[in-house]
Amino acid sequence: MKETLYYTSLAIILAPLVGATLAGFWGKTLGRTWTHRVTIFCVGVAFVLSLFMCKLFLLDKFPTTSINIYAWAISGSFHFNVGFLLDPLTAFMIATVTFVSLLVHIYTIGYMADDEGYQRFFSYISLFTFMMLMLVMANNFMQLFFGWEGVGLVSYLLIGFWFKRESANFGSLKAFIVNRVGDFGFILGIAAILDYFGTVDYQQVFTQAGSMSHHTLSIWPGAHWSVITVICILLFIGAMGKSAQMPLHVWLPESMEGPTPISALIHAATMVTAGVYMVSRMSPLYEYSQVALSFVLIIGASGALFTGIIGVVQNDIKRVVAYSTLSQLGYMIAALGVSAFSAGMFHLMTHACFKALLFLAAGSVIIAMHHDQDMRNMGGLRKYMPITYVCFLIGGLALSAIPPFAGYYSKDAIIEAIHASNVPGSTYAYYCVLFGAFITALYTFRAFFLTFHGKERMDENTRGSLKESPWVVWLPLVALAIPSTIIGFIVVGPILYAKPSLLGSSIFVLPSQNILQKMAADYHGPWATFLHAFKTLPFWFALSGVVVAWLFYLVYTDIPAKLTQRCQWLYSLIVNKYGFDDFNQLVLTNGTTRIARWFFYIADVKFIDDFFVNGTGRVINWVSKMARMSQTGYLYHYAFAMIIGLLIFLGWILL
Amino acid sequence: MFSHIVLSLLIWVPMLGGVLALASGGDSNADRARVIGLITAVVTLLLCVPMIVGFDTNTAQMQFREHLAWIPAYNINYDLGVDGISVTLITLTAFTTLAVIFSSWNTINTRVAQFMANFLIMQGLMIGVFAAMDSVLFYVFWEAMLIPMYLSIGIWGSDNRSYASIKFFLYTFLGSALMLAALLYMHNKTDSFSIIKFYSLKLTETQQNLIFLAFLFAFAVKVPMWPVHTWLPDAHTEAPAGGSVVLAALMLKMGVYGFLRFSLPITPDACRALDWLMIVLSLIAVVYVGLVAIAQTDMKKLIAYSSIAHMGFATLGCFLIFAIVKHTGSMPDAYMSLEGGMVQMVSHAFSSGAMFIGVGILYDRMQTRNIHDFGGVANRMPLLATFFMLFAMSNVGLPGTSGFVGEFMIILSGFKADFWVMFFAASTLILSAAYTLWMYKRVFFGKVESDDVARLTDIHGNEIIVFSLLAFATLFIGVYPEALLKLLHASIGNILVLAHYTKLLAV
Repeated sequence: MKETLYYTSLAIILAPLVGATLAGFWGKTLGRTWTHRVTIFCVGVAFVLSLFMCKLFLLDKFPTTSINIYAWAISGSFHFNVGFLLDPLTAFMIATVTFVSLLVHIYTIGYMADDEGYQRFFSYISLFTFMMLMLVMANNFMQLFFGWEGVGLVSYLLIGFWFKRESANFGSLKAFIVNRVGDFGFILGIAAILDYFGTVDYQQVFTQAGSMSHHTLSIWPGAHWSVITVICILLFIGAMGKSAQMPLHVWLPESMEGPTPISALIHAATMVTAGVYMVSRMSPLYEYSQVALSFVLIIGASGALFTGIIGVVQNDIKRVVAYSTLSQLGYMIAALGVSAFSAGMFHLMTHACFKALLFLAAGSVIIAMHHDQDMRNMGGLRKYMPITYVCFLIGGLALSAIPPFAGYYSKDAIIEAIHASNVPGSTYAYYCVLFGAFITALYTFRAFFLTFHGKERMDENTRGSLKESPWVVWLPLVALAIPSTIIGFIVVGPILYAKPSLLGSSIFVLPSQNILQKMAADYHGPWATFLHAFKTLPFWFALSGVVVAWLFYLVYTDIPAKLTQRCQWLYSLIVNKYGFDDFNQLVLTNGTTRIARWFFYIADVKFIDDFFVNGTGRVINWVSKMARMSQTGYLYHYAFAMIIGLLIFLGWILL
Repeated sequence: MFSHIVLSLLIWVPMLGGVLALASGGDSNADRARVIGLITAVVTLLLCVPMIVGFDTNTAQMQFREHLAWIPAYNINYDLGVDGISVTLITLTAFTTLAVIFSSWNTINTRVAQFMANFLIMQGLMIGVFAAMDSVLFYVFWEAMLIPMYLSIGIWGSDNRSYASIKFFLYTFLGSALMLAALLYMHNKTDSFSIIKFYSLKLTETQQNLIFLAFLFAFAVKVPMWPVHTWLPDAHTEAPAGGSVVLAALMLKMGVYGFLRFSLPITPDACRALDWLMIVLSLIAVVYVGLVAIAQTDMKKLIAYSSIAHMGFATLGCFLIFAIVKHTGSMPDAYMSLEGGMVQMVSHAFSSGAMFIGVGILYDRMQTRNIHDFGGVANRMPLLATFFMLFAMSNVGLPGTSGFVGEFMIILSGFKADFWVMFFAASTLILSAAYTLWMYKRVFFGKVESDDVARLTDIHGNEIIVFSLLAFATLFIGVYPEALLKLLHASIGNILVLAHYTKLLAV
């Protein structure tokens, strides 16, 4: 069996890499059609094999297996391997990743049809799939970091895919550097793990976690911090970069400069959820640090509310969805903070489906609108694009957590868990996520009404050519709309409340903090949960969000403008994204450049090079010039000098 | 078969090739000189094969020893031998020279014979430096190597070449004068110039400190370490692409090689006492020079400053070992830091060498190195842009490329020494990304703005071969660094032991 697993996991990992290599190096030779056939086939293979893994680990409860492929480096007492950890969490995650990736591959055929970089694009998204699988399947921190940075690289390449656009290049550079700030924390966390645990292998680290929980380290003299807390917070800084949590969230909106398929794949469904996956994977560590969990909770909950609010004032359809991604990532992260890891992973999965759906539906709209993304130029698209319309509606309902759509089950569990938790900060977090539910529905349905209902605001030219997208575009929409509708209903019991739960052994929760288990007592099946919705606050918040959106953007369309005028300061605060971008640009970027210039022009050029180095040369020159002046070659100069010298000499002796 | 003279062959075959190239005549016979250069470089690289295959990785003993009396009156010998460190660097030298000859194939059209001869002779001399076991022999190679480099900047350099070449020569020459004094002093004590004999020489604290400082000046200039680094950006900017490649890929490595071969084993107690100084200087190189690189407007200067920052990692790796062993109390824990330093050197040779070749290609076609004159190059040269992206990513330290391995190992070791050391070292993640990718963005991305860029044609032929070789090496070390580390384990272990063995005289 181990042999089968060995080859299966290798095949899952390598298939997308093979596709990426073929498309990247021989794309021209293969031509467009064969390029997408080859890459789709490779990702399809990975998807089918992932389903096999799901069956094995999720249904048949096959025991956790760790496989080492080869020794990457052995240095002194440290071993770094490349290998795979196969368990329910891995199987769950790779199935999600390859499923969305496969659909995005298919969708790309339509979306990128006219693009000259067609083959390059397929190569990149296959490479991304490879990197993401490396991240997910790793059995050690070194390889996790490989995948972690690898997806960052591909994200960078894809945001800047249209490299002729200045905004795309700015966005990609920003994304890479902000992510690097997160990775800075991440690598320090890995270093701390190696230092204290002596290994980077997951399983060896996890088994020692309990005994390590009383160790402290001191970074400042006198301050003793729990080792686990320091490690968890450092690792979480990495997650804040990758999963775009405040204050490292600033890159995600800019990432929308990339083509829409990758916004769906990378910046909604998979890469940005890597932080959630990572923290869940590290649950055996996080469980031992109450401080780190509180930190995670507060960062997540703040993000869930405040980034969502920005989404309400955006006019670019993709940016609305981008801010909603930030907000939903906040929900997932917040769930982790109250030890409801399974709920976070559950929301990750449902979100992957409905957010990919929303992005791809938005992309379908963008195709129809000839790459105009401004919702102020849309409206009334319902009758032109019925399939896209229905799919967007399903995605919107799921995102707004309206029962019985998928998002309801996962999000409601998160809000309930935070409500029931006693972790410090959970009261604040509860109000954030509760009010966030209203905001989510508001911005989602604002976008929905502005795009598909109301007056047709596009110019005549565009209106004339409006039509439903081709089947390669809408087929993935339908394929995502189905799970967005039903998957919550099906999975909610097994993943959250069953004993043993779907993710079972992968997630470790201390009995005293097991919030989901407490909630399990009140769980009476998906139907009961569905009906229960009407008795709970989050549902009414969400519903009122829909209603307000309907009132403001379809019925009394002059209200938003009036509100904006009335609360000018609030509006500009939100439109300026609370000043994060300005602060980064003015203080951090400009400050760094200024320091760099000062170091170079003053310290390096003027001081070291000119004053010391060339200065030494000048002094030697000057001395030799002086010495030269005495060598005039005139006899009377020498005679005069001799007489003076003689006089001084005599004077010295005589006196 | 000829394993008893393989090192001599590695030194003298390139030199012989150089002489042949010189004799091949003027520029009318340029192709003959190129072919001689290519054949010699290939033969030299092939000569590395028996060296690597025959090398016993289980021992730290010097291997392939050759011993001939040279000046018996002073006990100076023609004494050669290699350990894992030397084997690695010699192979790197042969590899880099081949890359230089390939990359200069079309770009150098004046004094071709002299150019080829210059680089072949330099190759022989550099291999000599890495193989010499007698300190006078070492010193001769060390100093002789400056001449071809001086000539390459002075003859094939750009506008400000005479200033840069003289600055380069004086700086490095002054540095090594102090080293000579230290060598003579130790000769007085041991009556020998054998480096191995120096290892067992007992020295007091003061003697060690003085010898350490004498070595430090020689090696710090070569690395170069802050604040004696300002010759490098000038030398790099003015040197021809091939010169820059050799400078960055090989000559800088001599400094760290010196620390490993001389400072750590000969003056271990001084190293331990002054390791804080080395760590601080290395961190200044990483942080301060990393920032300085951001402010550059000249591509070659930017890569030069980036080189200094990356070499800061190598020196950091060398001198972290004392703090690590002090903190954890176990010698094996320190392997990773020293081995990381070695990997960093090899990897830096690939990435900076390749980037200098890339900039050389652009300079050859545009006659400018100024970042502002470019923009949108990727539209015209997609292949170059792709290769350059890979090497830029290696420079940034992306996992999967060789650039990651060294930095990762050193940062991970750094935590064992001190949190703050690691904190500042890890800042390279952000800084290197900032300067490298910002440059990349301004040069390659965007629309084609200038007519000169619009006229560019993509790389072809030899250029593709060079880049493919370097790309393969970069990825191979990134994916399987153990292949390189295997060569190093025993030798690094030996240096660790020597560095932790006190040689203070009992007073």
